[in-house]
Amino acid sequence: MVSGLINENPIVYQKQERRARPQSSNTDELSAEAIDQLEIFDILFLLHFLCFFLTVTEPNCKHFKQVFFGDAIIKLLGSEIWFQSKQLDIPHIKDPEHPYSLEELKVLTEDSVEVDDDKSYVRVTFTPTVEHCSMVAIIGLCIRVKLMRSLPDRYKVDIRIAPGTHATEDAVNKQLNDKERVAAALESPNLVEMVDECLLPSFE
Amino acid sequence: MAERNQLTLHLEAFVDVTRSPTEQAESLKALAFSLDNDFLSLDQLVREMEMYLTTTDNVVRARGILLLAEILNCLKAKPLDNAVVHTLLEFFTQKLEDWRTVRGALVGCLALLTRKDTVGMVTAIDAQAVGKSFVENVSVQSLARHDRKLAFELLECLLQQYSGAIMTLGTILVYATCEAIDGEKDPQCLLVAFHIIELLAQLFPSSSGPVASNASDLFDVIGCYFPLHFTHKKDDEAGVNREDLSGGLLLAFSSTPFFEPYAIPLLLEKLSSSLPVAKVDSLKCLEDCAIKYGVSRMKKHYGRLWPAIKDAFFSSTGTHLSFSLESLTSPGIERDEIHSEAVNLLQRLLKQDISFLSFVVDDIDINTVIDTISRHSQYKEMPDTNKLEVLVISQILSVSAKASVQSCNIIFETFFFRLMNSLGISEKTTTGIHVHDENSTVSIRLYHGGLYLCIALLSASKDHILGFEECSSPPGCLQESWCSLVRSFSVSLIRVFTSAVCSSNDCVEDVYLGVKGLLTMGTFSGDASPVSRSEFEKILMTLTSFITAKSGKTILWELALKALVCIGSFINRYHEHDKAMSYMNIVVENLVSLACSSHCGLPYPMILEATSEVCSTGPKYVEKLVQGFEEALCSSLSEFYVNGNFKSIENCSQLLECFTNKLLPRVAEIDGLDKILVHFALSMWNQIETSGVGCDFYGREFVEAAMATMRQVVGIALVDSQNIIIQKAYNVISSSKLPAMESIPLTLVALEGLQRDLSTRDQLILSLFASVIIAASPSASIPDVKSLTHLFLVSLLKGYIPAAQALGSMVNKLGSGSGGTIVSSDCSFEEVCDIIFHTAFASGKKISSDGSGGILCGSETNLSQLCLGLCGSLDLQTRAITGVAWIGKGLLMRGDKRVNETTLVLLECLKSTNCPTKVLHPAAMKHAADAFFIIMSDSEVCLNRKLHAVIRPLYKQRFFSMTVPILESLIKNSQSPLSRTMFLVALAHVISNVPVAVILDNTKKLHPMILEGLSVLSHDSVDKETLYSLLLVLSGTLTDIKGLESASDNAHIIIECLVKLTSYPHLMVVRETAVQCLVALLELPHGRIYPFRREVLQAVAKALDDPKRRVRQEAIRCRQAWASITSTSTLSEVEFRD
Repeated sequence: MVSGLINENPIVYQKQERRARPQSSNTDELSAEAIDQLEIFDILFLLHFLCFFLTVTEPNCKHFKQVFFGDAIIKLLGSEIWFQSKQLDIPHIKDPEHPYSLEELKVLTEDSVEVDDDKSYVRVTFTPTVEHCSMVAIIGLCIRVKLMRSLPDRYKVDIRIAPGTHATEDAVNKQLNDKERVAAALESPNLVEMVDECLLPSFE
Repeated sequence: MAERNQLTLHLEAFVDVTRSPTEQAESLKALAFSLDNDFLSLDQLVREMEMYLTTTDNVVRARGILLLAEILNCLKAKPLDNAVVHTLLEFFTQKLEDWRTVRGALVGCLALLTRKDTVGMVTAIDAQAVGKSFVENVSVQSLARHDRKLAFELLECLLQQYSGAIMTLGTILVYATCEAIDGEKDPQCLLVAFHIIELLAQLFPSSSGPVASNASDLFDVIGCYFPLHFTHKKDDEAGVNREDLSGGLLLAFSSTPFFEPYAIPLLLEKLSSSLPVAKVDSLKCLEDCAIKYGVSRMKKHYGRLWPAIKDAFFSSTGTHLSFSLESLTSPGIERDEIHSEAVNLLQRLLKQDISFLSFVVDDIDINTVIDTISRHSQYKEMPDTNKLEVLVISQILSVSAKASVQSCNIIFETFFFRLMNSLGISEKTTTGIHVHDENSTVSIRLYHGGLYLCIALLSASKDHILGFEECSSPPGCLQESWCSLVRSFSVSLIRVFTSAVCSSNDCVEDVYLGVKGLLTMGTFSGDASPVSRSEFEKILMTLTSFITAKSGKTILWELALKALVCIGSFINRYHEHDKAMSYMNIVVENLVSLACSSHCGLPYPMILEATSEVCSTGPKYVEKLVQGFEEALCSSLSEFYVNGNFKSIENCSQLLECFTNKLLPRVAEIDGLDKILVHFALSMWNQIETSGVGCDFYGREFVEAAMATMRQVVGIALVDSQNIIIQKAYNVISSSKLPAMESIPLTLVALEGLQRDLSTRDQLILSLFASVIIAASPSASIPDVKSLTHLFLVSLLKGYIPAAQALGSMVNKLGSGSGGTIVSSDCSFEEVCDIIFHTAFASGKKISSDGSGGILCGSETNLSQLCLGLCGSLDLQTRAITGVAWIGKGLLMRGDKRVNETTLVLLECLKSTNCPTKVLHPAAMKHAADAFFIIMSDSEVCLNRKLHAVIRPLYKQRFFSMTVPILESLIKNSQSPLSRTMFLVALAHVISNVPVAVILDNTKKLHPMILEGLSVLSHDSVDKETLYSLLLVLSGTLTDIKGLESASDNAHIIIECLVKLTSYPHLMVVRETAVQCLVALLELPHGRIYPFRREVLQAVAKALDDPKRRVRQEAIRCRQAWASITSTSTLSEVEFRD
């Protein structure tokens, strides 16, 4: 089934220097500071995925496929809605040692956040690392949960995969923005545990 | 017999492998103890152990031998007979052959070999035997980790302490070492192994020795570890880290020159790798090797070394060059470890062997850059590759020039002349007539790259002069060719740098390079400097002219100022008297005179900034500046008096501000400036004294600046000088109209009427005088205290706060001067207090100043009664309260009992009763509550350490324990909501200024009151600062164990209160702190807080929409923390609402 298991380093981009926020408005008690792009990005900034990359050859196709993997996913293999690559031979994984934040993998950038404070609307567009990335749903779910926990009630959150970057783009977009399905997903203790694990460092 | 049994038991325990390690360790300890105290002889022990030492059961034998060895290890300090040592060592040596018992044998040998010679040492012959047996019998790599370490330690010990004996083993020893180390991977073992190589190399230094003939094999064994790859975690139990290991490896590499043919190629190869760690290690190691291997051996590799070093420079240099203010004095480029190691290596090679310089001089890249330096004139235009080349080459050249005088000469001879030519800079002709005259300099085209290189070279050469100065042979460097080259070009160089600035058209690079060039030329030190005195003065003049030019605050202005400051501190550091004189004449005097004249194009604050910065570089200049400022102040003031020029009074306030904030702190560091300070203060008084009565307007700013200056000057001055100033001030005050106030009959009518009597000049005099008194030390003598007290008392009732502060200072310091001298001869402390508290203000007349508050008073009242509002207007009452607060503060700080009375008066003011004769206005109550803030808080303007206040330790704690119980009972019993509020405000002031430790001891008692205070204070935006400091007290109690205990009891009210405060509209920090406190509450037991979860989460959800970002960020954290106290069920509860 799995003919080769090569632990390969993912492309890790250097973090961009954080844009410093001007401190001027702090003196005025009454002025309001609207929620902006940078703030949303700050909220998502520390989303970490304990991930490791596997290069896998599947029996029927010859080409290599990189799989983006979460640490907690091992517990999750039963939940096929969110993760399809059950056929992986998990016990072979030896070296889960790469905790990268989504920013370092360029999954999220500041520019990929659109926000309108007046209309209470935020849209986050993220870019999966590879076209077949089987983690998109989980990443999207984490982003969604993190924003829902961090933004006022009035906000409507819209999570999207960047157009043309994923094989099952439409399906995943639908899945991520269907509140019934999201709610159902978060009923699953396994999934919640995993999402919490991904979000944990971002609250520190 | 019992002993014998005991012994057997211990032996059994150790030998039996099934026993626990602690049991075994205990029996070992017991045995060692009885041997050490001679309860048992070694002989007895060995006899008893015979069976264990010789049995054929491998396990028991191994344990037995190990026991004996461990015992010996414990007895290292016990004297033993030489024969015994010999026999034992022979035994262990023999046992090295037996691989099953090798552990014990190793421990035993090591224990015996490391004995000090005073307690019986191993002989050389025995040691040799150990070495021989070790080499022949022990196969290190087949042993377990701990045994390997022991083996290496044994070898290390032999090499270190018995080198003479073991030397005879020769080649076999080297072979055995190779074999032992080969393939070792454990960091602790490796550390020892590297040291063994080093020792071995020292043991056989001769070129025909075994190390020389086996160098290749030996190097193969250690070479494979380079560059060291270390993946262990940081806190390895033995504390071995990468630095130790790589340091050990480097020492091993450089231990013997025989490694040279193998090591250098390896290092060069690793240097070209892309791994930064490998580069750094290679460079470090190459430097070490260059020292140890010697010039002749290194020479072979020069051809490959040079390109490698150059590459290292290229790869470690960024193309970004900073043109900012900060980089004027620093290299201006970012550096990493590779870069600094490359610099070290290059310098080392050049210092060792000047012939290496030929590679630098003949390098094609460098020559091309020098030849084509004029291709791009602007730095901005250069492509990145060119920039990089120029930067790298300037560094290589400056490092080479710095390496030695000789190399500096060669570098200058080869490159400097060419550089000058390509820049179009002409030499000074021998006749001294320049080709260009002053005006034609602008025609020279500027090439940034060239200028940059040029500056780099010049600053590199500067170091040599300093070197010469240190070895005190100043004429030496004049003969050096680099120096004469610089000298011959110095005039033109200065001209080029100047024209770079002048023709810059606001191009930052031009200005920066020009100023940096001038700065470099200006900081050649000593008599041997290639820059002559006149040229130096020219530089100073040019820089000064940039500052005085009427161009506003440009980057040029700032750079020039920084350059001047650098030159100033440079002169001060190297004590250059001639240059100091030039600096004084050209820079300081020029700027100081500018500060004195009010007619000059520059904005006054800029002049002040430039002058004070430049002058703080040396004590002499500071002195000059103080005098200059004094003059400027006098002229401005008289200008104001004569012409009524308001502009000049504004200048005065700026000048005084600058004087107080920038100059005085510097003056305080320099000794012997006391006199001029006194002079300054006296002329301030003179000016005010001579000022006509007519000009009556001084801005508030001026008065405040003058007060601050006077306070600081008096505060810094010595006691004698203080006395002079006080006397002068007293003379001025007695010649003014103010004494008239003393004779004013102290009736309320007169006091009310006084407002109109005081001219602004008198007010100024009064304020300044108050400042003098505030800052005077306890031992200074104050004349005529009685009437002064009167004066201050009257003026405080008229609303002059400084007068109240002065009174506070007086009661604080009076009679407590050092040495027990009675300072104020005419009046004691008691009398002053008597005047303050018991002066009767005659009255008896119906006062109806504003028609509304007509109150009939008794015949006489005093200060306390004024506070209580028994008579007089509301204004008078509030002033009296403020006055009492300051006086109370002074009393409290010196620890006087009278503070109790004043406190009681203030507390009385807080009570409102229904009694019609005693009605308190809410404003007066508010003042009384705020009086507690005055008493408890630290003040910047009076009664602090700088202003010589008498401060008893723990005075705040004392006040706390005095007032809090009273306030507590008052709050409990108070009926009217207004006074309850006021009590709480007063309490808030007291507890928010006391150290947290005190609060923590009383949290149980204080929590309810703090919480009530918080809710009372949150009604009004006026109290927001008080509210905030009280909230900080609460948050302080929540971060402590003791505080949390009490918080647990009050959890529901605390949470209720905090939840309310998360939406407090008036102050952002209050909301932020409230949210943080909510997080802190999670430390409480789960059962206590769980019921409030929903309430808190709702409040925090609202805080997520706070207008301020910082609150929102805290809220996110808080929400997560509170949501997670329950299991996942919360997620579905709170997350999905859309």
